[in-house]
Order: sequence, then C-alpha cells, then structure tokens
Amino acid sequence: MRIGVPKESRSGERLVAASPKTVAQLTALGYEVVVETTAGLAASFPDSAYVDAGATIGDFHDVWTSDVITKVNAPTEDEIETLPQGALLVSMLSPASRPELLDALAERGASAMALDAVPRISRAQALDVLSTMSNVAGYRAVIEAAEEYGGMFTGQVTAAGKTNPAHVFVIGGGVAGLAAIGAAGSLGAQVRAYDVRSEVGEQIESMGAQFVQAKSAQQEVSADGYASELTAEQEELTAHMYAQESAKADAIITTALIRGHAPTTITADMVARMRPGSVIVDLAAPAGGNCELTVPGEKIVTDNGVIIIGYTDLSSRMPQHTSQLFGTNIVNLMKLLTPGKDGQVALDMEDVVQRGMTVVNAGDILWPPPPVQVSAAPVVDEPTQVDPVEQARVTAEAKRRKGQKQLVGYGLAAVLLMLAITFSPPAFLGHFTVFILAVFVGYYVISNVSHSLHTPLMAQTNAISGIILVGAMLQIGSDQWWVTILAVVAATLASINIFGGFLVAFRMIGMFRKDA
Amino acid sequence: MMTSFVQAVYVLAAILFVLSLAGLSRPDAARRGSIFGMVGMGLAVVATMLLSLEQSQREWFVTLLLIALALGIGATVGTWRARRVEMTQMPEMIAMLHSFVGLAAVLVGFNSYLTESHADAVHLVEVYLGVLIGAVTFTGSVVAYLKLSARIKSAPLTLPGRNLLNLGALIASAGLLAWFLASPSLLPLILMTLMALLLGWHLVASIGGGDMPVVVSMLNSYSGWAAAAAGFVLNNNLLIVTGALVGSSGAILSYIMCKAMNRSFISVILGGFGSEGGTVVAADGEHGEHHETHAAEVAEQLSQARRVVITPGYGMAVAKAQYPVADLVARLRGAGVDVRFGVHPVAGRLPGHMNVLLAEAKVPYDIVLEMDEINDDFASTDVVLVIGANDTVNPAALDDPHSPIAGMPVLEVWDAKQVVVFKRSMATGYAGVQNPLFFRDNTAMLFGDAKAQVENIVHALAAVTDQDGPSVRTH
Repeated sequence: MRIGVPKESRSGERLVAASPKTVAQLTALGYEVVVETTAGLAASFPDSAYVDAGATIGDFHDVWTSDVITKVNAPTEDEIETLPQGALLVSMLSPASRPELLDALAERGASAMALDAVPRISRAQALDVLSTMSNVAGYRAVIEAAEEYGGMFTGQVTAAGKTNPAHVFVIGGGVAGLAAIGAAGSLGAQVRAYDVRSEVGEQIESMGAQFVQAKSAQQEVSADGYASELTAEQEELTAHMYAQESAKADAIITTALIRGHAPTTITADMVARMRPGSVIVDLAAPAGGNCELTVPGEKIVTDNGVIIIGYTDLSSRMPQHTSQLFGTNIVNLMKLLTPGKDGQVALDMEDVVQRGMTVVNAGDILWPPPPVQVSAAPVVDEPTQVDPVEQARVTAEAKRRKGQKQLVGYGLAAVLLMLAITFSPPAFLGHFTVFILAVFVGYYVISNVSHSLHTPLMAQTNAISGIILVGAMLQIGSDQWWVTILAVVAATLASINIFGGFLVAFRMIGMFRKDA
Repeated sequence: MMTSFVQAVYVLAAILFVLSLAGLSRPDAARRGSIFGMVGMGLAVVATMLLSLEQSQREWFVTLLLIALALGIGATVGTWRARRVEMTQMPEMIAMLHSFVGLAAVLVGFNSYLTESHADAVHLVEVYLGVLIGAVTFTGSVVAYLKLSARIKSAPLTLPGRNLLNLGALIASAGLLAWFLASPSLLPLILMTLMALLLGWHLVASIGGGDMPVVVSMLNSYSGWAAAAAGFVLNNNLLIVTGALVGSSGAILSYIMCKAMNRSFISVILGGFGSEGGTVVAADGEHGEHHETHAAEVAEQLSQARRVVITPGYGMAVAKAQYPVADLVARLRGAGVDVRFGVHPVAGRLPGHMNVLLAEAKVPYDIVLEMDEINDDFASTDVVLVIGANDTVNPAALDDPHSPIAGMPVLEVWDAKQVVVFKRSMATGYAGVQNPLFFRDNTAMLFGDAKAQVENIVHALAAVTDQDGPSVRTH
C-alpha cells in the first residue's frame, strides 16, 4: 500500500508528518511512501533527503490519492474532496469539536483515525501525539520567555558583580509543564511550580522544581475517590497564592487545561502587580488562555511593561524535532496497524487503541468511542472497603500478639536451657557458657554487615571454621595409627580450607576500592 | 605451664577472630579484618602445634613431621586453588571448602570416639552430634558445589514426601543415638553417619539453584556448628568459640538473605523452594509483544542520558561481562553521565556475588548501591541497563499475587524512562516465571551474549563521541 505525506496547507505551518528517518521505518514495514514536493522544507528536510530514505516525491494529486494519508492538521474541504473511497486518513481531527469534518469524511466513504483521540493507556503512549506536541511546546515556551526576558536565566557571579537567577513560575504539572520545568531548570533559573493535583508534586520535584502548595487549599478527596470541586474558600486561597507567586516571578509559564477548557489563573489585576519586563507565556492560548489579557496568536506588552505571549504554534516553532517525534508516533501507529509487516493495513476494531482512534470507518462515523478502561488489570471483585484506621489497628493487634507469642517462646526456651544446664556435668557447663556467649557475639558482630561484603565475609568465616584443624592436630599425636591417619587426613582438609579461604577472602577484599 | 600458655594464645586468637568478623562488616576496615583473621589462625596453629607435641604419645618428631606434612599439602593445594579460581567461580569454591570442614569434623569425631572409649554419656552425645552435623555439611556442600559448577542439574529434586523423609531421618538418628548411648559401639555411629550423609545430600538436592546463595550461607553456618561440636568433644574452648561465631554469623547472614527474598527461613532450610516456580510457566501465555533494540541504538540513548543505572544479575557473571561493563561505566562517567549500579540482595548465586565481580573489574564501590538505596531513584533515571538479571526485576512480584515470586522485593526498574534488557533469548529466568517487564512499552530487549553486546555498545559509544569531535564541556 502507498502512504502519502502531503505538504501542510495551514498557513505558517512548518511541521510535516514524516521525516526521512521515519520514512525509512515506514518502508521497512512494507509500505511505499510518496511525499509531496517541498513538504519538509520548513522543517529542514529537503526532498532529496526523503528520496535518499526511500520515498518518491510527488505532487498534490499523487499524495492525496494514496491508500493512507498521514498529516498533521485536519484536512481542508478541497483535500477531503480529493480523497479516494476507502482511503485512510491519519491526522489530528479534534473530533469532539468538529463533527462537520467527520460528516464530510464519511460522505467520501473514507476511514479516518484521529491522532488526538489516542486512549490514555500506557500501551498507547508511543502513539500519543498530544504528549509529543505538549512536550515540545513546554520547552519552546521557556525559550520564548528567555528571549523576551531582558536578562540571563542563570545567576552569575562575575568580576563586574552578581546577577540573580530568574524566577520562573510554572502552572500545571502535565507534560508541557514538566517539560517547561526541565528546560527552565537547565537554563539555570529557579523554578517553582504548582498543580491542583497534589500527587503531581512528586513529579514536579523530580524535575528539579519546587512544588508550591496553596495554603490548605489541597483538594479534599471525597468519598467516591474523585477530587471534589474547589470550594469558594479554597479557590480564594489558590488565587491568593497565584498573586503572590506571580508578583515574585520573572517569567510565568501557564499550562492549565481542563478537558480542553482553559481556566483563568492569572487575572489582569495580578498582571498589574508584576514587575516591568517580566514575561508570561500562555500555553493555553489556543483554548482562550489562562491569563485574562492573553491575545491568542499574539505577543502583547501591557501598560506596566509585562510581556504576554499567546502564540498558538509553539510546537511548530521547532519543526525539525517536532516533525521527527510526530513522524515516529505515526510509525508506531502504523506498526500497530501492520501486524504482518507486509505493507497492508489491517484495522482491528477489537483493539481498544485502534477502536478509540478510528472516528470514521469506511463511511460510518464511530465517534465517540466506548469508554476505555485505563487500567489493564482485569476487573477483580469489588475490593471490600477497609477502613484504614481499622486495618492499622488489626495489624497492630496481630503484631502485638505475635510479639507476645514470641516472648512466651523465648521465656520457655530460656527455662528449658536453664534446666538443661543445671542438670549437666560441670565440665560441660563451662564450655556451654562459652558457647552461648560466642553465639551472641557472632550474632551482633554480623548483624549490620554491609551487603557488598557478604561474599568476602563468607570466605573469611569459612576460613575461620577451618579452626577444626586445631582438633585434628591434637589427635595426630595419638598412639593408634588408625587415629593418626584419620587425623592427618582431617588436618590436611582443614588446612586446605584455611589457606584457600583466607587467600580468597584477601584477594576479594583487595579489589574493593573507592574512587579517590 | 604450657597448657596455660596455649590457653592464653587461644583467648588472643578468639579475640582476633571476633575483630576479624567485625572488620569485615565495613569495606574500609575489611582489609584489616582479613589480616586479623590470618594472624589469629596463625597463632592458634602454632600454639596447638606446641601443645600437640607436648601431649604426643609417640616420638615428638614423628608427630611434628606428620603435622608438617598435613599443613604442607594443605598450604600447597589451598594456595593453588585460591590463586587459580576465577571470581565468577567463587560460589563453587566456597561450597567446596565447606565440604572439607564437614569431612574433617566427621573424622575428628570418629577419632575422638576411638581414643576415648571409656567416655561418659555427655561425651558420647557430643561425638554423635559432631559427626551428624559434619556429615550433613559434607554431602550438602558437595551437592551445592556440583550444582553451582553445573555438573548436576540445578533444578530441585522433588521426591514424594520429602519433608517426611527428612523428618524420618531425624527420628531414626534419635533412635540410633539411644542405641549408641545404651551400648557404645561403632555400628550405630557408622549407620548414623551414612544416614546423615544421605540427609545432607537430599536437603540440598531438593533446593532449587535460585536459592543457592542462602544454601551456601547456611552450609557456612553448619560448618561452624560442626567445629563447635568438635570443640565440645575435645574440650577445646577455641573451637567452641570460633565454631559458634561462624555458626551464628552464617545463620544470621542466611536470615538476612531470606528476608531480602521474602522467603520463610524455615522453608528454605527444609528445602523445596524453587520447586513451585517450574510449574507456572505455561499459565500466563498472553503478554503482548516485546521490542527489540540493537547496540548502536543503546549507545545513542546512553550518550544522551544524564542518569544511568545498571542492574546486574547472574547472567553478567556467566558471560563474564563485568570487564566491558566497567569499561562502559568509566567511559560514561568520563563523559559526565551519572552512572550507578543497583544490586539486588539475591542477585547472583552467592550473597554479594555482584559486588565482588564489579570490584574485580575495578568499579568503585561507592557507586554500587543496594536495592533499598536506589529503588526510589529509578523514576528520575533516563536509562536502566538490566544485564543478565530477570527475577530480581520482575514487576509480577509486586503486581501479581499469584506469581510464585509474589511479595519478593524487586528493583523497580520500570519506573525509569527507558529500560534495556540484555538477555540471551525470551526464555524465563531461574524461578521459571515469565517477566512482564519485557513487554512494557519502555523496555527494549537486546539479545545475545551480554559481554559481546556490552563491547558493541562501548565501540558504538566511541564512534559517537569521535563523530561529535572533541567534546569539551564548558559551563
């Protein structure tokens, strides 16, 4: 089958749905690939690079009459009209907000898979273009902020004095937010970040930022396990936190999106209190913006000198890598669709990933898909609700009982031991005392041995257990030849053990070294 | 006078042994500890030589000659073996050495019986127990040696009613002990010895190869108890102290290891662990597909990574891959990559096996971390290289309550961004359990000989860095 990669028709779009590298991977799956001329030019992929990777270069018509068409943005009406019946279109389609597009595709008798409708299960992560785009956008947002900001992000101490590092405040700990934290951190900025979901705090901290918590505004988890809505009081506290953080920040990257809707995080009032020269990059601009003053697609400067960036094309500002990553997402999808690696698409509607992405199948609209179970684990019987307090009490109780049992056991053992010792001959008694004490010494000496030394320790104790040699040597002097012979054999064996064990232990210990 | 002097030396030797074991608990004091042990042993041997010459019932020079002969042979053979042995064969070597102690204890016990025929009941019990423990240690160690050196199959032997067999052997020994006490003669002692030899064989034969670290440590403990029993027999406090030290330290070491594997101590000693693993393989067929990768790709990932963790397993020892691994680590560290090792407590066939191999290859020990120290760091790790480990990185231990290894703490490598598993094929690991890790999206399989593959990565890395030109990092 033939895969067509058209030139993106949206004005200003620099992305392309395949790079030379991914073209090679597609051909390896058995497909023929045709790329529209100059499709990759804006992403620095000349036609010749595609040809080298095994693609052919064609015109608009060649590409749009392919069996499979992979592109970045949703197609225009003209493009849909060129689609042959039975063709498969793979692109971002926003199926929820653009039903008319699905109608048009169904009318042509085509099939369509929406790259922005990948079920959010871990198996499908490799095809999730939204993650890809958010990741790049988060990075680029920092670059945009750094360009507009009139200083260095990193702090410096120079002969000419000291500059402080920039304070960057990131709102939202999703893919974009985390990418922004990483990028800002590696530029040397002091990064603080906030997310309403307190469990994201760990991820934020793992990226090297400080997790900001609004005072007691953590959402309470309601009885059914879902986060309850912020109460008015909590909302007020959160807003107060935003105000405090924004007043301190040199740059704010705001990425808050709730199911495609952009809540307001930075009000006009907060912007007014920010320092002149500070920058806000609003990643939610395509959905209207998190900042009240954001103008989607534009950069504006407020009266008090705050720069607000509302670009909606952040990921296509890094066309080379975005196209490469986007193309790899598509390769991963094609791998899923081509189980035979024979260049034939085999749509499997039983597979939740394929079913979820397929919005039109041979003229039938299949949107919205049935809900997907996010966890791959089979449904177990409804777990019985256990009160954690009750559970803790039960465990403690069990532990206490076990402790009591142990205590009784030890007591019993001690009594038996005492009895045994009391009725044993005095010669034995002395030895036994020594024995018991030595057992405890051994126990305490070894209890905190470093794990790495287990083997040398064992070789050493093994060598020391060769002390049986002492016994054998004392028997060699016996006047019975029998005994002498056995004793010599025993002494020989024991001394092999002693020499071998000590040397081996010493050899091993000699190897342990610490980097100076 | 002489006896008192010898006793004084014995006390000194015992103290040196305690210090020796204490020193071996920390890497920086280990060398000193090892030397203390040698000095202690040297003192004990010299003092004993004096004592045995004085007590000799034969011409003293004959005794001296015989002692010199025994020590001479022992020194030659022991030194030769210790120099020749490779670090990867250390488990076998130690198991074999244990068998010597066991056999020596049996011989000493018999001798003691032969020399003191008028002994009282306490003495007879001591002889009996000394021989029993010695014999179990002997054949147990021999089986462990054969299993570890792959001369016999490491799969557990499962005789029907094996616990009953063991129990029966113990009861029979008790019966023989009664006989022995009632009418002291060689016959019950020899019968018991034969049975103890069989018991030792059976005990270890029924333990799967995966549990060998615990077994070797247990045998170490047994050999200590055997020496202590000999001490009671011979009224020798040095033997008692030293034997008890070794015995209890071996036992606590085994216990530590059992806890690390979340195994019941008792069930490991009684044998049979590792037997449940074999039956479960087929039960879980559906796992999805694995992704395959190749050395050049791994090299590229490594060159771009900032934090790398390597989790070695027995496969690294088998392939002798520790040298190329050390080379790879040195190269990555030179390029500013943060590389560390995460070692599972039961990785390999001997406790601390991996640490020894890595130390042999000159990997600094402060980047070799234990499971608990590194488990939380996987989430912030870019690449994890799993080299020849399988069961110790199996997520089923945590996720799947029906897995035979359920509940065993494992290295949570799957939290890392990318996991590369070095493996010969898709076959299961020692426990015979399928590993869902291999089918995760962030896991890539690198098939082939671990040593060759690591070398390939090192070459590929060299190519990458050369291509980039002199990479001088400025800040």
